[in-house]
Amino acid sequence: MIVDLPRFIATERPFWSELEKRLDHLEAEPNARMSLAQVQEFHQLYERTAADLAKITTFSSEPETRRYLENLIGRAYGEIHETREKQRRFYPLQWFFQTLPQTFRQHVRAFYLSLAITIAGCLFGGAAIAFDPPSKAVLMPFPNLQQDPAQRVAEEESATHDRLEGVKVAFSAELMTHNTKVAIFTLALGVTWGCGTIIMLFYNGVMLGAIAVDYIRAGQTKFLLGWLMPHGVIEIPAILIAGQAGLMLALAIIGRGSRLSLRKRLRDVSPDLVTLIFGTGLLLIWAGFIESFLSQYHEPIIPYEVKIAFGSVQLVLLYLFLSRSGRSKPVKPGGNKL
Amino acid sequence: MKTGSLFIRTPEGIVFSQTLASPVLRFFAWFIDIACIQVVMSVVGVLAIVMGAISFQFAEALYVLGWFVVGIGYGIFFEWGWRGQTIGKKLFRLRVVDVEGMKLQFSQIVMRNLLRCVDTLPVFYFVGGVTCCLNSKCQRLGDLAANTVVIRLPRVTEPDLDQLLAGKFNSFRQSPHLVARLRQSVSPLEANVALQALLRRDEFEPVSRVELFGELATHFRRVVEFPADVTDGMADEQYLRNVVDVLYRTRTDSTAKKLAPAV
Repeated sequence: MIVDLPRFIATERPFWSELEKRLDHLEAEPNARMSLAQVQEFHQLYERTAADLAKITTFSSEPETRRYLENLIGRAYGEIHETREKQRRFYPLQWFFQTLPQTFRQHVRAFYLSLAITIAGCLFGGAAIAFDPPSKAVLMPFPNLQQDPAQRVAEEESATHDRLEGVKVAFSAELMTHNTKVAIFTLALGVTWGCGTIIMLFYNGVMLGAIAVDYIRAGQTKFLLGWLMPHGVIEIPAILIAGQAGLMLALAIIGRGSRLSLRKRLRDVSPDLVTLIFGTGLLLIWAGFIESFLSQYHEPIIPYEVKIAFGSVQLVLLYLFLSRSGRSKPVKPGGNKL
Repeated sequence: MKTGSLFIRTPEGIVFSQTLASPVLRFFAWFIDIACIQVVMSVVGVLAIVMGAISFQFAEALYVLGWFVVGIGYGIFFEWGWRGQTIGKKLFRLRVVDVEGMKLQFSQIVMRNLLRCVDTLPVFYFVGGVTCCLNSKCQRLGDLAANTVVIRLPRVTEPDLDQLLAGKFNSFRQSPHLVARLRQSVSPLEANVALQALLRRDEFEPVSRVELFGELATHFRRVVEFPADVTDGMADEQYLRNVVDVLYRTRTDSTAKKLAPAV
């Protein structure tokens, strides 16, 4: 089709420029609200430019103008056809006390699955240590866990100096970052149809079960509880929540029983995954502090009963937080999510 | 099917395309981003050294946390702040966009950045690279999970049509039968090549421009031969302008003159 290109552009250019100006404004100020009249004008400009694009697409020439219009339409299309709720101002406290626990409860089945996989790992690891003690070298690849539990307890309890003196803060930072990386990895591996997440959860369970049985067999149950409970009651559920998120991602990819498209399923689950992983990160920051500043200190410095009681209180609070917090507030679709 | 473009059909029935970024370009952009992260970490390192004079353990903690936060947060921070671009992507004119053309959400940015740890396995983005090469939209695993694609931004400029000499006298129009034959013989692709050559004349080196216009003029001379008294002494570039003018402008000269000032 041969067309009078200069005339066409001369006539339509003011409308394109106006649309571009309004898009620049919207992109520069995402919270700006348009009046009804402005919305109508914006829509008219979009439709006119779209019609121009349709017209110029049939021309035998002018790729530059076509690219320019495609760019404009691409930007305007996102503004006009976006059906997801507009992201509002983020309220951290509301997010923490409402959105996070509500999201957790909404997908609690995935958490139970995550817990079941970890328990299966614990049973496997515990059984392996119970029936084949030399397997400890394989199951617990950490030098400080290789020694005899009774010997370790004796060394810890007779320590005359603080072995973490001067490095507590750095140790705490290392724990936080390492555990958060593990949590992110557990979530991310959900993209392997959940296989990677299941392996991570099972392996964590194996190590946990092996350590527990090793110390229980050595008669060091009290030390074990005093050592693990203060940080473990937060750290382990945090990893389980990361596993929950990973399994949610896997379920969205598999899509069993869902009529929605893969794209839609992933779009729906994405904000919840982000909420859970940010929540996990916060829990792991707390766990890192506790592990560095409390868990590594034993009797006679801190009585085991105090540590176990502290751990128990945290566990109850975490349970109440996840099961009760935000229950009275209605769950809003997309409300205050990240 | 791998097309190199992302086509989006709007409810109005309009189809627009976005050029997908190649894995190689994305790798280069990532390389720049890695360099930027290193620069930021050098600054954090200097801060840690300064802080080390006060407290060594706080300095060490700052460095450990700095690596973690910058490593994970760099992509999220820039892609959210710059609407889908990091420094590397900006330099290579790349942008992360929603696969359906919708507005990019924060959760999408976080997801694609968190899943980077799987894409980088085992080394140098092997998993992500292979997925990218196999996927029709050039998406790595993070992009698949987040419903995003990385596109290449064209240099969008309003077309400069002054080069077309709208409204000026064109001696070719004295031979309307030859003009008609030219229009009939020239394909849209050939017409477009001539138009683009004129539109971009200032982007060429002078010598290359003369050569290009010479080749194009020779080509069009072969297609239709205008009388010698019309073309004698006419430069190749002018010849090309006349060709483009008669191919793209169908109205009479008098109408053209009326419209000319508006262009």
